[in-house]
Amino acid sequence: MSQTNPLQIEYNLKVVRQFAIATVIWGIIGMAVGVLIAAQLIWPELNFETPWLTYSRLRPLHTNAVIFAFGTSALMGTSFYVVQKTCKTALFSNKLASFVFWGWQAVILAAVITLPLGLTSSKEYAELEWPIDILIALVWVAYIIVFFGTLVKRTTSHIYVANWFYGGFIVTIAVLHIVNSMAVPVSFTKSYSLYAGATDAMVQWWYGHNAVGFLLTAGFLGMMYYFVPKQAERPVYSYRLSVVHFWALISLYIWAGPHHLHYTALPDWTQSLGMVMSVILFVPSWGGMINGIMTLSGAWHKLKTDPILRFLIVSLSFYGMSTFEGPMMSIKSVNALSHYTDWTVGHVHSGALGWVAMITIGSMYYLIPRLWNQTQMHNVRWINIHFWLHTIGVVLYIVALWISGVMQGLMWRAVNATDGTLTYSFVESVVASYPFWFIRFVGGLFIVAGMVLMAVNVYRTIRAGKPTVEYVNAPVATNSPAPSAATQSA
Amino acid sequence: MDYITWRSFYTVLVFVLFIGVVWWAYSKSQKKNFDEAANSIFDDEQPSSMTSDSTEQESKNNE
Repeated sequence: MSQTNPLQIEYNLKVVRQFAIATVIWGIIGMAVGVLIAAQLIWPELNFETPWLTYSRLRPLHTNAVIFAFGTSALMGTSFYVVQKTCKTALFSNKLASFVFWGWQAVILAAVITLPLGLTSSKEYAELEWPIDILIALVWVAYIIVFFGTLVKRTTSHIYVANWFYGGFIVTIAVLHIVNSMAVPVSFTKSYSLYAGATDAMVQWWYGHNAVGFLLTAGFLGMMYYFVPKQAERPVYSYRLSVVHFWALISLYIWAGPHHLHYTALPDWTQSLGMVMSVILFVPSWGGMINGIMTLSGAWHKLKTDPILRFLIVSLSFYGMSTFEGPMMSIKSVNALSHYTDWTVGHVHSGALGWVAMITIGSMYYLIPRLWNQTQMHNVRWINIHFWLHTIGVVLYIVALWISGVMQGLMWRAVNATDGTLTYSFVESVVASYPFWFIRFVGGLFIVAGMVLMAVNVYRTIRAGKPTVEYVNAPVATNSPAPSAATQSA
Repeated sequence: MDYITWRSFYTVLVFVLFIGVVWWAYSKSQKKNFDEAANSIFDDEQPSSMTSDSTEQESKNNE
């Protein structure tokens, strides 16, 4: 297909390539900042007495970098790839797609500058101040237009299930971001939330949990429903289940936010409702996990030889693990032990490093050779080494924080039988946590080492190849005057 | 209709709609469409041994 046929249109793979590179770079940066702040917990001197490098400023930088720079770049890139491939048409607008890429990188750059300066709205995962929030909204509207515009001009009759998940993620994040970021600006760099008190807390966690539910879950499930069947070379286990999975997941997730506010000023009935909705979420989550893993049914031997498939399938195991753990932790009596401890942090990372990062890494290893006209990555053995570095890192991380989390919870609630005073002071629980924080730090080193190896592999693959140019047959217009066109396009 | 009545009605409505989605997804008439949709992502590849693999997979929708 070296010459352009007038009946063929070119896929926009350029924006996918840009996002793929951004994903790898931001992944390394975001995770490296994570390792630095993990080290700061053990060796506080590592802030070098510099305000910009204090834990309190770098922690939001870490979360923003991994969720919005690494994760969202991966989602934007893969969604643009999947929507074109499954709709068999090019993107709605190349200019707008380019705006989405550069606009989003500008948002990330603004975050990298403002967060260390201490400019923050202090809302978790929504720290960025109002001018950046407006830019996010603009970029997101462009993203909506490109994605749904492409769906509208599709040449297939059916909309493949991955697009439903991507679409659900895109629309919901727009709503969440706009509602939660409503604020009264007092200066260019400072604003106050429009909401007050318990309402503010509820709006924040309605946003926060659905960022988990729709960005970190639904979006990456879209990735799963395309890249797992593609890499396994077999259709998804049950397409019917995927339809039910979609509707069940999006109608339940939106209610789960209150479990972040157990035993607070939030009304009790709201807490209980949030708990029940979180527990029932287990059902669609595991339905989706089973659907993904069982896609390999009858071809399990592929796991032995294919490290990319290993990334994808193990990511689903971590997804299953954290979506069992999450509902359990949302039960009020369990939450009384787990909340505010390292257990929560461990849970988040089993989802973020196990599920989100591994499905992303697997998808990138599938995608990158195809974007640069190669049949496979420069070194497939390195993918396997990366797999083990990452897996060991995640296991070290979450096991260490399980132990320290449960230990902290037990120490904080322990009282002396004689007079009811607290058995331990807070600082005693901090001292007891040090060994586990060290193990967590080592786990983080493994993960970043794997990401650096990936970057080298990606660089060598790109250097060996050249950008892929791929065409798709254009649909024949119904009023087409040339009758011969119909036969050619088939 | 006051607020509470509307909310109760809405909850039941969503439940009924969800049952409808499940019923629709598992109805016999959709099987062919879904099998086609599930296999549509392979349209851009050369036909290979994949076809023998996929027949086994399709049968899962019969359950």
